[in-house]
Amino acid sequence: MMGANRIPGVGRLTPARTARFTFDGRTLTALEGDTVASALLANGIHLVGRSFKYHRPRGILSAGAEEPNALLDVSRDAARRQPNVRATVQEVFDGMKVESQNRWPSLAFDVGGFNDLLSPFFAAGFYYKTFMWPKAAWHAIYEPFIRRAAGLGVTPTEADPDHYASRYAHCDVLVIGAGVAGLSAALAAAKAGAKVIICDEQPEVGGALRYENGTTIDGKDGWDWAQDTAKALAAMDNVTLLTRTTGFGYYNHNFVGLVERVTDHLAALDKSLPRERLWQVRAKKVILANGQIERHMVFANNDRPGIMLASAGRTYLNHFGVAVGSKVGVYTAHDSAYEAAFDLKRAGVSVPVIVDCRENPGEAVLAEARKLGIEVLTGHSVIKAGGKLRVNSISVARNGGGSARKFAVDALLVSAGWTPSVHLFSQSRGKVKFDAATQRFLPGTYLQDCLSIGACNGTDDLQATIDEALAAGELTARAAGAEGGAQVALSGENRFGWTGGMIGAAEGAGPDTTVKAFIDFQHDVCAKDIRLAVREGMHSIEHIKRFTTNGMASDQGKLSNMHGLAIAAEALGKDIPQVGLTTFRQPYTPVTFGAIVNHSRGALFDPARKTPIHAWEEAHGAEFEDVGNWKRAWFYPRSGEDMHEAVARECKTVRDVAGVFDASTLGKIEVVGPDAAQFLNLMYTNAWDNLKPGRCRYGIMLRDDGFVYDDGVVGRLAEDRFHVTTTTGGAPRVMNHMEDYLQTEFPHLKVWLTSTTEQWAVIAVQGPKAREIIAPLVEGIDLSNEAFPHMSVAEGKICGVPTRLFRMSFTGELGFEVNVPADYGQAVWEAIWARAEPMGACAYGTETMHVLRAEKGYIIVGQDTDGTLTPDDAGLSWAVSKKKPDFVGIRGLKRPDLVKDGRKQLVGLLTKDPKVVLEEGAQIVADPNQPKPMTMLGHVTSSYWSANCGRSIALAMVAGGRERLGQTLYVPMTDRTIAVEVSDMVFFDKEGGRLHG
Amino acid sequence: MLLIYCPYCEEERSELEFRGAGDAHIARPENIADITDEEFEEYFFLRQNPKGLIFERWRHIHGCGRFFNAARDTVSDRFYTTYKAGEPKPDVSDILQSEQNKGAAK
Repeated sequence: MMGANRIPGVGRLTPARTARFTFDGRTLTALEGDTVASALLANGIHLVGRSFKYHRPRGILSAGAEEPNALLDVSRDAARRQPNVRATVQEVFDGMKVESQNRWPSLAFDVGGFNDLLSPFFAAGFYYKTFMWPKAAWHAIYEPFIRRAAGLGVTPTEADPDHYASRYAHCDVLVIGAGVAGLSAALAAAKAGAKVIICDEQPEVGGALRYENGTTIDGKDGWDWAQDTAKALAAMDNVTLLTRTTGFGYYNHNFVGLVERVTDHLAALDKSLPRERLWQVRAKKVILANGQIERHMVFANNDRPGIMLASAGRTYLNHFGVAVGSKVGVYTAHDSAYEAAFDLKRAGVSVPVIVDCRENPGEAVLAEARKLGIEVLTGHSVIKAGGKLRVNSISVARNGGGSARKFAVDALLVSAGWTPSVHLFSQSRGKVKFDAATQRFLPGTYLQDCLSIGACNGTDDLQATIDEALAAGELTARAAGAEGGAQVALSGENRFGWTGGMIGAAEGAGPDTTVKAFIDFQHDVCAKDIRLAVREGMHSIEHIKRFTTNGMASDQGKLSNMHGLAIAAEALGKDIPQVGLTTFRQPYTPVTFGAIVNHSRGALFDPARKTPIHAWEEAHGAEFEDVGNWKRAWFYPRSGEDMHEAVARECKTVRDVAGVFDASTLGKIEVVGPDAAQFLNLMYTNAWDNLKPGRCRYGIMLRDDGFVYDDGVVGRLAEDRFHVTTTTGGAPRVMNHMEDYLQTEFPHLKVWLTSTTEQWAVIAVQGPKAREIIAPLVEGIDLSNEAFPHMSVAEGKICGVPTRLFRMSFTGELGFEVNVPADYGQAVWEAIWARAEPMGACAYGTETMHVLRAEKGYIIVGQDTDGTLTPDDAGLSWAVSKKKPDFVGIRGLKRPDLVKDGRKQLVGLLTKDPKVVLEEGAQIVADPNQPKPMTMLGHVTSSYWSANCGRSIALAMVAGGRERLGQTLYVPMTDRTIAVEVSDMVFFDKEGGRLHG
Repeated sequence: MLLIYCPYCEEERSELEFRGAGDAHIARPENIADITDEEFEEYFFLRQNPKGLIFERWRHIHGCGRFFNAARDTVSDRFYTTYKAGEPKPDVSDILQSEQNKGAAK
């Protein structure tokens, strides 16, 4: 069984190739090549879902990407489940499970359908007017209620097990759409020798030829011509033909996003294939051959299951071999729908009536209807559809009034005419223009290098489409530089020419009525809602759209926009172009997160940077923290230790014995050249020309606005060579900042900058025994205090490999920073560790480093500063040269706000209760009993338990901080208020003697 | 995604390789230490943010690393031209005129 409504001998599917799937638990049989929609219709099922707002029964409206109604939950297995899949697009595969959505307890009896009866309370804009009062009810009642009711479908809970691919592609001509126009254009461009990519969203090429069976091209049946042309194109080396591939986004400079659905139609999943492939195409020329979308008629109860677009009815019949009913009425304002009646009638289906709201349809289709014996009522309208879960009748009346005549039907095909698909043209930021004669928006002014052809360009006649397409194909190929090949000529004809079309509400759904005549099925927007929006004062189409949510569902109003616009224009008493069209945005149809995120998930989401010593740290039980992309050893817990205990031990050990620390992440920039010192003079606040080779200096870098940007120690290795260090997180931007000034403001300076962050591994050895630890390993450098005092640098060897050895300290202890080429990092670390460990030294991590530097009042740029601190605010005015004529920030520092009294300054804070550790970020006030909102003086920037001080310590930004030394301030927390005393920033070894040990 | 011609590499490359760097042709005053507050405000803070033609700086950061200048339309994102840092600012009327000629040729 392949479905009761399948007509033998009709359609293009092979009857022997069946696939079984379930719909709401019921097992059904489909044919290979069916969409979920065609398979359901073949089994006589029209009712497939409940609508978003009113929970009205809904059926299948279209046969394509524009489907607003038939949104289903489709799964392959537990992890591969996707809600809101358009039944008209998803192909059936054997074993597929399909569930309807937005209904409870069942599709036929849905409690939410109660909303339909309450609809007077759910008028457009009700969200904005209801739920306003009382305020407290929002959290308790309204929001939970709205959240439960809102949204369609249920989000999958399991991680997506599939993988997705991505590729960049370049071509001369990208053709989007492979109907008659697209194929002709691609053929012409390819024959001219251009590199062509052509894509189509359908599994097979052909576009409108899927339903249009009266077309002859090049002497062949249209569909056969299309398939033959596709084969010919696919066989050409210069052509890439992609089916099941949607051109979803047209971006800047002819950059177009395509998504190719690779496995969603396959019964047997090939794990080596990506589920989808994202194509990021840069085309010299783009040809838009997007076709057109049929509009529905706007009349009372036009959403009943069984009512669908005429072209969809033809598609199901002519392509899938499925009759959408046994008694099918037609209601139209356009000749094209007549052909649906003809096709059905010839296939043996009863067509009781064609209702045409026009007085004068095309002569040719009228004559054919007469010949086939189909009753045609011109100048009539369907004023109401009967039936609930499926249409069972239509009431037809003469336009302008009169008694209604009822026809029994089980399906109704409708057409209000065709809307050119200008979506991608509009995304390219081209401006559409309104063609009054045909009542449609067409491409007007182009902003990018593209051309629209065929139906999306308003070209209706087949031969005209072919000629336009061939010309466009050749023109773009030549413009892109193609020089080969022969010209292509093709002839084509259609059985009937078409006329007609209308936009807006049909007879019986006009301004004097309150019937439910839907324009936006997915968001349940009726004609009357648009009128209400206008009455409520929305005069811009953008406001009307947002007030009614017309066109704001995931179908983006492919069917509803023109109707909404026409009804708004009528209500406003304006012409359509005066009301304007809303802008089309990417994506054309929904794109999965999988395709967009692609490989950037899990470990590939963001690269992790690891130091050369990382493996040793891991092996020695380090916990790690993320600093930018770096994984830094955070602390080394021994068995039974928590973080607090481990850090306290590490802090004590460093000051009592020594510690070894991996500082490899430190940013490093080699500044070289005859003008290197002069350049650093400009980049840092300090003076550098008086720094002797072999010596180091702490430098502060500002932006020109005078605020601290970065800091670090700079060592001078030679007259013309400096080893600059930056903060770990600041390295790339400092490099960019330096390059910017060097290239654009000081290009006369002879300086070369090289990032060397990853070239050097840096091992800090800090503490009283630091010298003793490294001394035997070092060659060629005298480590004595006299020869190598604090803030020295020398080149030599350690463990036999070259080193740049710094004597410097971020702990306040005697300290060395051993720079060795990165490849030797771990070996040298291990050699140092082999000496350090027996002496009782420890390896320590970033947390201990933070505590030790805070004990000494050394700031961390980005933690204790926030981009609004001057050097003086940070207590570093000693590092700002008073003599230099210029440095970056020199003028910014003199700005009135930067020199005025009462600025926030960095100070120390000591809690009155030494055991209390403040929270970083906590606010500081002078009087905790003042009324709220309190006047806040600043906040805590760094706060730790200091094992070495035996108490908590903190740094804070406090207004007029240095004036307040000794004052008591307060830190109000939610559960208590903490009293603190303002202190200086040095908590340990205030004299600094240990540095010189 | 923009396609940007690097005047140093002499190639069109994807925007991914570049980083924008704000308005072009705003020279840091040579006597910056001595300028008035108003002059500093003008230099450091005030920008036109035009609708249409803008002269701006880009850096080919993931390419040659050079800073260069571009004339771009902020509405259409069309690049009229790019040129090396230090080269004179192209004449606005020339740019707009040549655009009009191109438009007429279409």
